[in-house]
Order: sequence, then structure tokens, then C-alpha cells
Amino acid sequence: MADTMLSVKDLLVKRSDQTVLQVDSLDIHQGEVLAVIGPNGAGKSTLLLVLARLLLPLSGEIYFRGSPIEQENELTYRRRIALVLQEPLLMHQSVFDNVAAGLKFRGLPRQEIKSRTKEWLERLEISHLHNRSAHRLSGGEAQRTSLARAFALQPELLLLDEPFSALDAPTRSRLLQDLHALLSQTSITTIFITHDLDEALLLGDRVAVLLGGVLRQVGRPQDVFTAPSDGEVAAFVGVETVIAGKVAVSQNGQVIVEADGLSLEAVGDIPLGRHVLFCLRPEDITLSISDGTSVTSARNRLRGHIIRMTPSGPLVRVVIDCGLPVVALITRGSANEMKLVEDQAVTATFKATAVHLIPR
Amino acid sequence: MRSCPQSFINQRDKIPRMTTDVFEITLLSLKVSLLATGISLFIGLPLGTWLALSQLRGRRFILSLINTGMALPPVVVGLFVAMTLWRSGPLGNLHLIYTPIAIIIAQTIIAAPVVTGLTASALQQLDPRLRLQLLGLGASSTQMVVSLWREARLPLLAALMAGFGSVISEVGASMMVGGNIRHQTRVLTTAIVLETGKGEFQNAITLSILLLILAYVVNLGLTLIQQRGTR
Repeated sequence: MADTMLSVKDLLVKRSDQTVLQVDSLDIHQGEVLAVIGPNGAGKSTLLLVLARLLLPLSGEIYFRGSPIEQENELTYRRRIALVLQEPLLMHQSVFDNVAAGLKFRGLPRQEIKSRTKEWLERLEISHLHNRSAHRLSGGEAQRTSLARAFALQPELLLLDEPFSALDAPTRSRLLQDLHALLSQTSITTIFITHDLDEALLLGDRVAVLLGGVLRQVGRPQDVFTAPSDGEVAAFVGVETVIAGKVAVSQNGQVIVEADGLSLEAVGDIPLGRHVLFCLRPEDITLSISDGTSVTSARNRLRGHIIRMTPSGPLVRVVIDCGLPVVALITRGSANEMKLVEDQAVTATFKATAVHLIPR
Repeated sequence: MRSCPQSFINQRDKIPRMTTDVFEITLLSLKVSLLATGISLFIGLPLGTWLALSQLRGRRFILSLINTGMALPPVVVGLFVAMTLWRSGPLGNLHLIYTPIAIIIAQTIIAAPVVTGLTASALQQLDPRLRLQLLGLGASSTQMVVSLWREARLPLLAALMAGFGSVISEVGASMMVGGNIRHQTRVLTTAIVLETGKGEFQNAITLSILLLILAYVVNLGLTLIQQRGTR
């Protein structure tokens, strides 16, 4: 296991007697990017402010490189980290002066401020804007300035609070790619907060799921996204079909789950009679208009009729009533080719390996 | 006023004497009001900043008092300062009544709430997350406050202009605690009252124009500082 840079134990934050954040244990390793995901109001920003020592928790301990952060002078600690908020919050100065701001706070020699500012203006591709007043920048340029301002500090820990959520899709996608490259080049330990799963998948070495102020799961992205720890995490990470059932057969790593009179096959090692949540991602479900008797490797076939079709970008989200609701995601092209309409009878197929079972 | 000895002016020396007097009066007005504004800034900037940034319970109540203070009638201030500095008053032994210092004290009491209240409102208009961002970039508390002042420099200089405007134009307090004594406490506004009372409208108009020019020059200077760097 890599060196632990930041360690959080039994953290509790309350606001007017209501728990807004509860983290029993969380370790952030040297050089990793931890993506913290959760819906709005889940306590993500609160966590970041606590870690930046800008908000005092009710109880709990935070260790930075092994020693409690309260032991260190608050300012000294804040100067070892850098914070980037959702809004760029630039000052009414030139882009250059904004990027240099944190370096000036640290009282560095003028020559070093100049060279480090220039370097990061270049690395974020905003050198040509150095003289421009910061309030005359586009959203993307402003966020680049904000990132340059944080990177120029060469922090030991970088805290990013949804830095791209206010940007349009193309700008956001470019900035994400650039940030990904910068984080790989610099290996700065980073906590990246987002409610966007794609951002978390792209940037996060590990993903932490925060729901209702409670840290619910931490793990590699593929684990969290394919093997969520409970139903709520599953729903948040995009597992849209969650069926409660009971293991009817369990043999050689294969499981048959009975749910609402249906028999569904999955892979897993769960004892007979155990109640489980049967989770499916919508992109793992294939639809056909035939009765699904053609031979495929998919072990599960459910016949039903379409309740609702919702276009979502190039995709269509199809909700099928198979005795219980199943959600599939197909391309617009497939939907048109199959001439899918509401009330139409379809067969939903999915492989046993696409199923994630959560024992209850 | 008509019985004041100053009104018996020898017609022959009237013009040259008026010129030296006018110079002296204008200079005193400028000195007194700039000093009062300066002291108000010294009090109002930190106090307004504290009121804007602190999270103490009584903050709103204090702000409401300060905002009321912004509407303090100069005659009421004059009355209380006069009572305090009066020979038999609590600070009578300082012998400050009818001195320029008495005017400065009264004008500071008039301008300080204006500067304080407008400073607080200037800083409250800034995005509250800017403070977190500055601290998150490693600013010390002082660096954070100075950065906030720089961010709010337009409304802060407007606060200063309003403070100066409130004292350069007031007459009630200057008259009551200064006494409009020639060569000692006569300022432009009290001189205008005097000249008008004597029916010397030409003099009063000259002094009024001077007062306007003075206000313009000071505000022009502050405006130039305020607008520097804005495009």
C-alpha cells in the first residue's frame, strides 16, 4: 500500500443539530486522485472545507502525513495545500496577477513568482491572456486561470470542488482531458469532488461515494461502478435496475434468484435462501422485438412491454415492464431500426455476468 | 448675527481682507473635513470590515445602529458634542469648545457611521466564498482582508467620498461647537451662513462656489484613484 498522505477518522460535522457529514475512516494515498462523488447536498463540499481546515468538525481526527493537523499552525497547513472551488472566484486583476496571488501570499522572491506563474500560464495554455483583466474571461478561461493559480503553488494536496460543473460540455471535456494529463504529469495527491460519474471515472484512481452526508463506499472505480455496496449507491452510480429477490439455487458459483415469480441467473457465491439486491446497469441490457428464442450466450431473457421511452442525447432510455420494471439504454439508431414505440412487446436479454448481487 | 463685530467692515479694505479671509477659511474647511474623514476611515474601515466578516450574534443589531448613525442630523451631533465640551461639561477641562478640534470631533462623529456602514455593505456585497478561496490559496487573515479591500475598492472609495461629503457640507455642528470665530473656527459653511445673514449675497455666492470647487477637487482625486485600473 502506498504511503498515506491524509487520514480521516470518525469525522462528524453537524449543522444546527443535524449531521451533515459523517466519515468513519478515509485514507488518501500519496500521489493518488480520489474522486468523491455524491448528489447535491451529500456533504461533499463540507468534506473538502474540513480537509482544507476552513471548517471545524464537531469531532474526529485528521492526520496529515501521520500527524494530527491541529498540531500544525493553521496557516502553515493551508500553505501546504491548494483549494479550487466550483466558481473560479478570480480577483479584479490581470490573469497573471491572479495566478501569482497564492505565491505572493507566501512571500516568495519576485523572480520565482514570475517564473512559476509563467510556467503554469503556459501549461494551462493561457499565456496569451496574461495581461487580460480576469473579469473579461470566458468560463473556460477563468477556470483555467483558477487551476493555474492552484497548480503554481505546487501543493502537497490539491482539493478540487466541482471545478467544471458550471462549464458547457465541449469546454468541460477539453479541460477534463487537460487536467487528467496535468495530474498524471505532476502526481499531486488530489481530492476531486464531482457529481458527474464520467468525471470520476476519468480522473479518479479511487472513488468515494458520499450519500446523505455519510461515506458509503470507497474503492477502485470499476469496483464501485460494477459492485456497489448497497442499493442507494447502486442507484447513484447508474445501476438503474435494482430488484429485490432471494437466492433459490446456488451452485458452482452460479446463482438463481427468484424475484416476483421470475427466475434470474447471476454469477456469485451467495448461500441459498439469502435475500439479495439484483443490480443491472442499463447499458448491459439488450432489447429485441422477437420473442428472444434465438441462441445467444445471454442467460436471462425477460418478455415485457415498453412503458416509457425517454431520449437522452444520442441514446434512448427504455423502461420495460417485465413483471417488474427494467431499464435499458439503447442508441437512437437501434430504437429507430426496431421501430420501438410505447406499449410494444419486447424481450430484454442480459448476461449472468452483467448482474451484480448485493447480499442484504 | 448682524450684531457680530465682523460685520462692521471698513468698505475700503473690504476686497483684500475678504481675499485673505477666504483663503484662511477655505484652508481650515479643507483641513478640518479631511482630518475628520481620515479619522473616520481609521475607525470605520476596520469596524465595518469586522461587522461584515464576523459571525457574532449582535452583529445585525450593531449594523442597524450604525445605519441609523448614517442619518444623524449634524445639529444633534453638535448639541451633544457642545454639551460634552462645554466648560461645565464632562470634558470641559480640556478647553476644546470653540476650537477646530471640537469641529473635527463633531465631524468625525458624523462621518464615521457613514464610512463604517458603507464599508460593511461594500464587503458584504462580495461573494462570501471569495474569503474561503483566498484562505484556500494560503492567505493569512490580514492578507485575506487586504485582498477583500482591494476587491471592494470601488464601493470603499465611494464610502470615503460619502463620508467627506457629509462633513464638508454640514453647518449645524461646526456652528455649534466651533462658534464661527473669525481666524479661528470659521469654515466655508459657517461663513456662508454669516454672509447670507448680513445680506452679503455676493460674498455668500463666492464662498458657495469655493465650497463646490473644493468638494469637486477632493472627489475628483478620489474618483481618479477609484477608477484607476478599471476599463
